[in-house]
Amino acid sequence: MEMWITQLFNGLSVSSILLLIALGLSVTFGLMGVINMAHGEFTMIGSYAAYLTQNASKAQLPERMSDAYFPVAPAASFLVAFAIGYLLELLLIRHLYGRPLDSLLATWGVGLVLQQIARSIFGAPNVAVNSPSWLNGGLHVMEGVDLPYKRLFILALVAVCLAAMYVYINRSHSGRRMRAVMQNREMAACLGISTRRVDGMTFAIGSGIAGIAGCALTLIGPIGPNIGTYYIVDAFMVVVLGGVGKLIGTVLGALGIGVFNTMFEWWSTASLGKVFVFLCIVAFLQWKPKGLFAVRTRQLD
Amino acid sequence: MKRMTWLKSAGLAVSLSVALAGCGNNDKDGASSPPASSSAASSPAASGGDTIKVGILHSLSGTMSISEVTVKNSESMAIDEINAKGGVLGKKIEPIVEDGASDWPTFAEKARKLLSEDKVATVFGGWTSASRKAMLPVFEELNGLLWYPVQYEGLESSPNIFYTGATTNQQIVPSVDYLLEQGKKKFFLLGSDYVFPRTANKIIKAQLAAKGGETVAEEYTPLGHTDYTTIIAKIKEAKPDVVYNTLNGDSNVAFFKQLKDANIAAADLTTLSVSIAEEEVKGIGPDFLAGHLVAWNYYQTTDTPENKTFVENFKAKYGADSVTSDPMEAGYTAVYLWAAAVEKAGSFDVDKVKAAAKGIEWNAPEGKVTIDGDNQHIYKTVRIGEIQPDGMIKELWNSGSPVKPDPYLKGYDWAKDLSAGS
Repeated sequence: MEMWITQLFNGLSVSSILLLIALGLSVTFGLMGVINMAHGEFTMIGSYAAYLTQNASKAQLPERMSDAYFPVAPAASFLVAFAIGYLLELLLIRHLYGRPLDSLLATWGVGLVLQQIARSIFGAPNVAVNSPSWLNGGLHVMEGVDLPYKRLFILALVAVCLAAMYVYINRSHSGRRMRAVMQNREMAACLGISTRRVDGMTFAIGSGIAGIAGCALTLIGPIGPNIGTYYIVDAFMVVVLGGVGKLIGTVLGALGIGVFNTMFEWWSTASLGKVFVFLCIVAFLQWKPKGLFAVRTRQLD
Repeated sequence: MKRMTWLKSAGLAVSLSVALAGCGNNDKDGASSPPASSSAASSPAASGGDTIKVGILHSLSGTMSISEVTVKNSESMAIDEINAKGGVLGKKIEPIVEDGASDWPTFAEKARKLLSEDKVATVFGGWTSASRKAMLPVFEELNGLLWYPVQYEGLESSPNIFYTGATTNQQIVPSVDYLLEQGKKKFFLLGSDYVFPRTANKIIKAQLAAKGGETVAEEYTPLGHTDYTTIIAKIKEAKPDVVYNTLNGDSNVAFFKQLKDANIAAADLTTLSVSIAEEEVKGIGPDFLAGHLVAWNYYQTTDTPENKTFVENFKAKYGADSVTSDPMEAGYTAVYLWAAAVEKAGSFDVDKVKAAAKGIEWNAPEGKVTIDGDNQHIYKTVRIGEIQPDGMIKELWNSGSPVKPDPYLKGYDWAKDLSAGS
């Protein structure tokens, strides 16, 4: 019984991390049709932004306030990744719309460049980010079941991001423009929407969310130049499985992969678990090639 | 059709740029050394001028650069020190640094370049067993000399390689004995899924079976795996006395961070790691590791006069924050052992150096090391240590004297079936 609860929670936690990374990807890949291989590197940028925030607050603030950096870190990660994403869209991605293979190659190259830049600035070894002391330990539910505060915090962070994304896309003016451009670019342009500005904004937001994911990853994993590469494949899986263009698809895709992955890993081994998950995805896509949810748009047809 | 031409032109561009890069390298070497040496001297000993070229071949980019850059640094330092004292046989050592890029075929390719184009006298390099296995045939074919500075899974002894890291009977076997002596009987074996952990665990299982221990579980995760919650749940279920950890690289960070989140401290569960040294402790954060055990042959805190100088010089050169670790020390030692062998041989010729290397002794930072003439490994002292909250490692136990290297574990009855197979 305890094992089931623990594993279910672990699955949920893995899903939440996958979701946070895939959320940005579903925006750039799903809404814009850009296969952004450098998405993982925006996660890395977010991680390093959190690291720099920590160092800055260590240098400026007295010892007892050393945890004070943490509430600022996700915002800093978002802003830095947002700015770099905007710049990348302006300089490169903009010229590659409608050419998915070219954008794939170009962004892959950008990813390698970003990794090497990080290596030059911060050095090849991993850096340490101390998580705030109030996130240490876990919630004791029952005998043998402890839910780490960090994982709960990430779950909450994901919920907040998801809600913010939902409100932005469905309730705000710029979100409406984003959907309009996605569904019919020419018509939107005819009606006076600056598609260029919308594209830039959309890509930057996708990158910014990846930055937040990077900030969350500092709590549980390594922070090094390669961190993005560990998650990018899974993130693409989530988007492909969920179907492009709908948030709910991404959520369910992440949930499916996360929970099944932990369950399969429990029954077999880590490598074999992943193989089973991939097999399931392949089988599922045979049945539903467009993923769980597919939006019918003129552009994507 | 259009696609084909695109592919072709891309291929052309790539091969062109590779060719250009090759030319660039040639020019650089030609400029920095007298023309006499570039006129195809067939043996390194014959190269003229006041310098002798050696190769340094580590991953300076990619996943493995985390660890390998530091070894490159300590090897460069050893070369600088030797040059400051007048070099070897009156010649200054000129290092030619190549990047293996964490890619095994690249290691083989660069090794070939160093040996056949640069005519280096020897090469210091490699970290993963995969990179060593990729370079091995090149060194054997061209009769080159490779100094490999990292602990590895044993069961190998190439006539063209000197191994200055520990083989299994200088790290893994004694550490398992140590744990058994401490009353830890139930082992949970956790490793990354590649050759070193799998071979190491095969040895550990045989050893445990022979000595009354028990393997309660054996788990492997892919390299770069970052979620250990399920593994930790399995550890909780299996209730082992000790987790024997052969995870490599970034996975260690995830494992130890998540272990702490699961409210498991070193006091509740002993872990012993063979791939975590001072450099890795810094990257994981000492908070997560304090109290956990490691097995190596050298720590920054090792108390020898040679180590004091080594650490001081290293910090002076690479910054006060830098730390020294076992593979770095082994790389540093390798350079000095090679220089000593060359001096003894009176020549840079590979065969003469190999013959002279037998029995050479040197006071390394880890204490006295001796080259074993038969298998070209070195005698090393084994040390079990405990990670401290400040990131340093405190020695808990050592083997007292340097242990004779036994890569095929011929001296152990229980290992008969293991070495017979390979």
